[in-house]
Amino acid sequence: MNDAQGNKTQPILDIRGLTVRLPASADRENAVEDVSFSVLPEEILCVVGESGSGKSVTAHTVMGLLPPKQLQPTAGQVLLQGEDLLKKTPNQMRDLRGARMSMIFQEPMTALNPLMSVGAQIEEILQIHTQMSAREREARVIEVMRAVSLPEPERLIHSYPHQLSGGQRQRVMIAGALALEPVLLIADEPTTALDVTTQAQILKLIKDIQRTHGTAVLFITHDFGVVAEIADRVVVMQHGKVVEQGVARTVLKNPQHPYTRMLISSVPSMTPPVRPPKDSAPVVLETRDLCKTYRDRSLFRAARETRAAHNVELSVRRGETLGIVGESGSGKSTVARCIVRLISPSSGQILIDNNDIANLSASRLRENRRLVQIVFQDPYRSLNPRRTVGASIVEGPMNFGVSRAEALTRAQDLMKLVGLDPHALDRFPHQFSGGQRQRICIARALAMKPEVLIADEAVSALDVSVQAQVLELLDDIRKRFNLAILFITHDLRVAAQICDRIAVMYKGEIVEHGPAAEVFRAPQHDYTQALFNAAPGRDFEFAKFEAA
Amino acid sequence: MSAVTDRDLDATGLRGRIADFRRNVLARHPTTAIGGVLLIFMILGAILAPYLFTSDPIALNPIYRLRAPQEAHWFGTDMFGRDVYSRTVYGARISLFVGIAVAVLSIAIGLTIGLISGYIRVLDAILMRVMDGLMSIPGILLAIALVSLSGASLITVTIAITIPEIPRVVRLVRAVVLSVREEPYVEAAVAAGTRLPLILIRHILPNTIPPLIVQATYVCASAMLTEAILGFIGAGTPPEIPSWGNVMAEGRTYFQLAPWIIFFPGITLALTVLAINVLGDGLRDTLDPRIAKKM
Repeated sequence: MNDAQGNKTQPILDIRGLTVRLPASADRENAVEDVSFSVLPEEILCVVGESGSGKSVTAHTVMGLLPPKQLQPTAGQVLLQGEDLLKKTPNQMRDLRGARMSMIFQEPMTALNPLMSVGAQIEEILQIHTQMSAREREARVIEVMRAVSLPEPERLIHSYPHQLSGGQRQRVMIAGALALEPVLLIADEPTTALDVTTQAQILKLIKDIQRTHGTAVLFITHDFGVVAEIADRVVVMQHGKVVEQGVARTVLKNPQHPYTRMLISSVPSMTPPVRPPKDSAPVVLETRDLCKTYRDRSLFRAARETRAAHNVELSVRRGETLGIVGESGSGKSTVARCIVRLISPSSGQILIDNNDIANLSASRLRENRRLVQIVFQDPYRSLNPRRTVGASIVEGPMNFGVSRAEALTRAQDLMKLVGLDPHALDRFPHQFSGGQRQRICIARALAMKPEVLIADEAVSALDVSVQAQVLELLDDIRKRFNLAILFITHDLRVAAQICDRIAVMYKGEIVEHGPAAEVFRAPQHDYTQALFNAAPGRDFEFAKFEAA
Repeated sequence: MSAVTDRDLDATGLRGRIADFRRNVLARHPTTAIGGVLLIFMILGAILAPYLFTSDPIALNPIYRLRAPQEAHWFGTDMFGRDVYSRTVYGARISLFVGIAVAVLSIAIGLTIGLISGYIRVLDAILMRVMDGLMSIPGILLAIALVSLSGASLITVTIAITIPEIPRVVRLVRAVVLSVREEPYVEAAVAAGTRLPLILIRHILPNTIPPLIVQATYVCASAMLTEAILGFIGAGTPPEIPSWGNVMAEGRTYFQLAPWIIFFPGITLALTVLAINVLGDGLRDTLDPRIAKKM
């Protein structure tokens, strides 16, 4: 380690011409092909790319965690401080993992063992790799837990993962990764599953650790906001190849490769565009005092109440997009599901064209189902895998007495409208990509000729370039059909781009509500301010490239 | 839409599909193939019983009683001179009928109850308590009670064996329904105004089929065993019907003198049950690749 300090040019990790072959059944020959980059001491290197770019495979190769037999490195070198990791035996790799390099994962819940206390899980690493006594180990565990700013580590070591918040779990993961002072920390999308305020804290933590411990960090992400926030240098990957690398600012401000330019210009800006006010259009959807309370009844203890949504009042005009922004657990999805009447509200009114649908009987509700349609987050689960997409699209109209022939004609028109081949109606969902499936879901919703379209995190699972296209499509159909859109998202950038007005939800209540431009320019409520401050790369104006 | 499926078929071709099947199922799961072939062999034997060099399975011929296996009587004769080979082959008809009938009946009833129970929460509590009640009654005991109430016949025995199998099918189906009903595509169908029966049949039922096929094989095998046990203790089909259980029950007292009376139907029963179970295991691996990979 002293060598590295003395000789700044000796990289901690040096990947040279790495190629990893995919199984024969895959759509391309190699998962990563001729990839070369290096991580220097005391720097954060971000590897950024869309899904399928090979960024995770690269990281797993370094850690020696590739699924054996399916993925095999066929060429190149992976040098950790000069030692080729590809030549190590599984036993040697086991000694290196955790001690000289360690990894943190995306999903902090599944990466921790739910049946072991968090202290024991960190201690396990010390037990495996060191000769420390039990007392020394406990002292070290508390020390690293304090280093990652976990509150009251003496008490927390006895807690189990389910007792901690998502952010605390990720801190535990990081504490475990740092327990042996590794020279290299690999972070594979460590903040993707976290809320934006928690994400900001974890990013700051990783930055602090890198500074105080001098650890080199290989940070994998798909989010350019995160890149702008923490990267020293960037490597951009596409289809398993490195297309561009360089100093973060240079790459972000003056990208050379067309793919990088396309990716960066797809990142939505935090500044909402000017949108004409729609105050004169009639109100299509309105909720009054909408509440949803869950009662957890039990024989042996008092009933517990959870207020998922409380006194939610919102209205959407024809041709307008209202965004509901909030973190997980804020109740935004509950509101959406109440309006679609997938769940029944506890109290309050839901007015569609001034008809209250909050308390309709099952048969009356069915008649009104046409009016509100929803597009869900997960494109892979939103379509019945056993039915053709055509069958999925015509199902709704046929429920309302439209003949099959007419419904099919409508479906073909809609497929064209959402930018897909009308002849593809005969195909099954698995033959489409995630973005295409989301287009099909939009077509399915539009086939009902709804008054209100609800998009529940509809672009959150998509890659940034696909996301931009689907957002454009949504805005296009809003104009074309003069639809009222209720757009639910946790992503402020997306909200800024598509919403006319924004409602911020926090703990089941709307805490701030106003035109998008105003909310973004001068947020009033404390929570909104905190939310906006936490958005990664908020000060960074993407897509405004400097002249080369 | 049929045009699509046809086109898809053409893409790989029927011959290609058969080749796929051979490569995927037979090569990867040879046990499935062995089980399947053995079972088809048994079923063919049962159907073609009169043409397989058998004689009348209930014709008495006391002069030739208790003969050891020989050219005229491949599996020997019993204490009344009946041909054990003929009785074993004809017995396959009874056992396979009971096995398949119980499997089909219990799956059909269990599937219906399971779908309703899993999707309609109000009925769930009631239906599942009834199932708990059914499960707490030992199957054999229920069968004996039913047979002694309504007399021994093939139908009574089939019903008696079916009833205790139903709760297990219900639980399986209900578990699948509970996990699938939360899927966004089901919710999208609800939001599109699809009626409940259609949602159940179109979107939920297809997910229960793979585990049910596997379950059906186990039910079939265990039903055949239960039928034999009932026959053996004299509570099954009427003694004049040559089921494997009955043949073995009659041969029991002559075991030391003429072990072939028990041995041949016994080994056939064991082979058939083994074939069905092996087939079931193989199908489970094929239909749920996740389990197969772990093994």
